[in-house]
Amino acid sequence: MLKRKHYLALGAVVLAALLIFSLPQRATSRLKLAVSSLFLPLFGLLHTAQQLPVAAADTVMPRSALLREIGELRRQNERLNIQLQQAAATAQENDQLRALLGWQRQTPWRLKLANVVMRDPANWWRTVQIDLGSRDGVRENLPVLTTDGLVGRVTSVGLTRSQVVLLGDPYCRVSALVENPAHDVGIITASGPLDTSLVELTYLSGNAVLKPGQNVVTSGEGGIYPRGIPIGQIVDSQTVEYGLYTEARVKLSANLGALEQVWVLFP
Amino acid sequence: MKSFNTILILATAFLAVFGEAAFPVLRHWLGAQVDVLPGLMVYTALNADIVTVSLLAALGGLWFDALSANPLGVSVLPLFAIGYVIYLERELILRELPFAQFILGAAASAAAPALCVLLLLTGGRDPLLGWGSLWQWLVMTAGGAIATPILFEFFHRCQHALGYQPRTETSFRPDREIRRGRL
Repeated sequence: MLKRKHYLALGAVVLAALLIFSLPQRATSRLKLAVSSLFLPLFGLLHTAQQLPVAAADTVMPRSALLREIGELRRQNERLNIQLQQAAATAQENDQLRALLGWQRQTPWRLKLANVVMRDPANWWRTVQIDLGSRDGVRENLPVLTTDGLVGRVTSVGLTRSQVVLLGDPYCRVSALVENPAHDVGIITASGPLDTSLVELTYLSGNAVLKPGQNVVTSGEGGIYPRGIPIGQIVDSQTVEYGLYTEARVKLSANLGALEQVWVLFP
Repeated sequence: MKSFNTILILATAFLAVFGEAAFPVLRHWLGAQVDVLPGLMVYTALNADIVTVSLLAALGGLWFDALSANPLGVSVLPLFAIGYVIYLERELILRELPFAQFILGAAASAAAPALCVLLLLTGGRDPLLGWGSLWQWLVMTAGGAIATPILFEFFHRCQHALGYQPRTETSFRPDREIRRGRL
């Protein structure tokens, strides 16, 4: 038989859950941030613990190896400086041509490096948290990328941390352009829950001619992602809905399964 | 003693949720992260009172949802439902047997994500589901089943090492002591 205490416990938990469900979105987000901030000391400890072996390795690294690495970095720096000068000249020329045509000037990307501190513990979402928050200027819907390609976008922002929804999550849809002669445009959507390296490119026109290996980049439509960020490469394609449109599988350029550091792109 | 057990359970839940978010090793190897909270709920429902069951469901669920993209509070009800059902039937369960713990852990670890996804779909959310989700569900069930007897053993050892141990009565009775005379 159920005792009075059991009824009370049942009622209290159900009432609390219903109360949280009925809260407005803004209040729920704040409550979520408050609860997740309880874990901050543990994340701090984890970060310190992760730095310890790195510091220890730095201490015991032989001088010759360090000198070799410095030499290699110097050479790389010189190479990059030359490329930068070329890029600056091209950008200047681009600005002049845009001015002649009366087009809007392109603003250069401002990037901020962030560490990935945790992954979503639930298997049915594909999100990570980064260690940049509103105090670093991060706000919702900023694109997040690595040097390989697009990763996702910021969905919620706390003071010191933000949540990033990754490509392949049902809530991360990106307008993408295939670098083929027709410049077909489609939408990147989720594929399957297991393979994080593949996503679906859907709503391409029914007569799109796609070949494996063609590059897919952001189209710039939608207002969140600037045009030209690499997303991945076409793996295969098929027409669906009796030839109404084409779907393709895209192998992502960025390795979402091993994200450690990402760049947040500021407009 | 009761509060010590409650604190130990809640601290374990807190660390378990943190571990699941911070160390995605199993996700790399098996494609799914194992959730320890259902197994912990099995232990709690069999060994603690209803207040601890409610606290674990409420706090554990909130902690889990706070670190995930779940709507806040969606994991509370599945955890509580599992704990409540086991709590009501706990007199009939052979809780000391590792096999019983294994089976209960498997059942709880299978039910918790299923109920959670059901709640998400009912709430109009669109979680990432597909044929691969079946594999993830199997991994979560098997992982939870293996973790449950380990949790029982862990709590048994913790209580043995840190908790209050009642003094055992000896068979010595002063009135039955044989007193030796002079001869």
